[in-house]
Amino acid sequence: MKKEFTAVSIPTSLYKEIEEAVQGTNDGSVANYVARVLRESLKKGGEPEEVFSAEDEEKVKDRLKALGYID
Amino acid sequence: MIQPHGGKLIDRVLKGAALEEAKKRAGTLPSVRLDAEQTSDVENIATGVFSPLEGFLGEKDFRSVLDKMRLANGLAWTIPVVLAVDKKTADALVPGKDAALLNVAGEPAAILHLAEKYGFDRKETARKVFGTEDAAHPGVAKIMNMPEVLLGGTIDLIRETPTPYQKYKLSPLETRKLFQDKGWNTVVGFQTRNTPHIGHEYVQKSALTLVDGLFINPVIGKKKKGDYRDEVILESYEELIKNYYVPERTTMAILMMEMRYAGPREAIFHAIIRKNFGCSHIIIGRDHAGVGSYYAPFAAQEIFADFPDLEITPLFFRSFFYCKKCGSVVSDKICPHGKEHQIQFRGTEIRDLLLRGEYPPAELVRPEVAKIIMDEKNPFND
Repeated sequence: MKKEFTAVSIPTSLYKEIEEAVQGTNDGSVANYVARVLRESLKKGGEPEEVFSAEDEEKVKDRLKALGYID
Repeated sequence: MIQPHGGKLIDRVLKGAALEEAKKRAGTLPSVRLDAEQTSDVENIATGVFSPLEGFLGEKDFRSVLDKMRLANGLAWTIPVVLAVDKKTADALVPGKDAALLNVAGEPAAILHLAEKYGFDRKETARKVFGTEDAAHPGVAKIMNMPEVLLGGTIDLIRETPTPYQKYKLSPLETRKLFQDKGWNTVVGFQTRNTPHIGHEYVQKSALTLVDGLFINPVIGKKKKGDYRDEVILESYEELIKNYYVPERTTMAILMMEMRYAGPREAIFHAIIRKNFGCSHIIIGRDHAGVGSYYAPFAAQEIFADFPDLEITPLFFRSFFYCKKCGSVVSDKICPHGKEHQIQFRGTEIRDLLLRGEYPPAELVRPEVAKIIMDEKNPFND
C-alpha cells in the first residue's frame, strides 16, 4: 500500500534545531522525527499505523496456519 | 493491543522489485562478513523485533545508550546494537555509500546504508553496559575482543537465514496477528534460556491468571558453556505445554538472539522486544539475564522504576521454592514456614542430578521434561 504524505509548516529555526538533533540518531531525518513525536503524542486515542499491506497480512495468516498456530 | 516501541513496527524486509534489484546490486558492493549473532541482529532490526531501530546505532545514539540508557531522541533503549569491524574492513567502506552484509554462508543477507564510522572505548562500554570491566564476565569478554570500528546506518534485509527451528520463528507482525486471532488483548511474555522446572511453571501460570495469554519466548542463539542446548529447551517446553498447559492460552515462539548477560539493562531490552511482539506484560524474575554474582538479585526489577514510560508492564517475581508443609510452590512473601521445609529450585543441583542420570524429584521438574533432558546424549552447551 503506497503511503501518502502532506506538508506541515514549522518555524525554520525549529526545523534547523531538529535537523541538528536528529543527526546520527535512529530518526535520521526531520520528517521521521516529527512523525514519530506526533504519533507518540496522539497514540493514546489513535489507531496504530498500518505499516503492512493487506497482502502481507494474508501471507502472515497463511504462514501461521501452515505452522499450526491458528486454524 | 500494545503499540510497538516508538509507535511503529519497523519493516525493512525487501520485497518485489526492490528485493531483486538489491540482490543484483549486493554483488557489486564492498562487503562485511557477519557472524551468526550479527546476522540475527540484522534480521531482528528488519522484522521489527528491535523497533524502533532501523539499523545499527550511529555514534550519537550509541553514546546516549551508554550514558542515559536511551536513544538520542529520549526513547528507552539500554543495549547498544552495533556492528563492529576491523580497521581494514572499515577503510574499504565510505559513509554515504552502501555495503553488502554477508551471512555466515557468505550470501548477501542485507544492504547496509552506511551513515558513519566511529570508534569506541571498550572498557567504558563494558563498564556502562555490564557494570564491570571483569573479563570473566561473558559480555565484557566479548566487548574486549570486538574489532575497533563501529558502523552506523540503516539496513534492508535481502534474505533471512534459515534455522533448524523455523517452525517456531515468528516475526512481531506474526505474533501480533496470532494474539489478535486468539482474542488476546493482554499477553504476558516469558523470556527463557533454560528448560522449565516447576518454579517456572508456577510463575508462568500465576502471571497467566492476570492476562489473556502466555507467550513463552526462549532465546535461541549463542549462550555460555553449560547452558542447555537450544533443541533441549524447545523440546522440553513442547512436552510441558502438551501435558500441563491450556493450549488456547499458551503459545511459544523463539527469539533468535545472543544473550548478553547484562542483567538490569538486558531486562529492559527484553521488555522492549516483548512489547514489539505484542506483549502487554513481561515476567521479570530474580537475577533476570544475570550471570555469576555481578548483579544484585533484584536489580533487574528495580531498574524498571527508571523507565515509567516503557508501557509494557513488568510482573516481578521473587525467589520461589517448594514448601513441603504448604505442599506447593510458594515464595517468601506467601509462605510462613521455615527453611527446613523448603526445596530450592537450584539449576546447578537439578543439572547435577540429570547428569548423574537421576530423575529430579517431581516437586522440582515434571517427569516428562526430565525425560527429554535425560534422553539427550549431551543436553548442555560445550
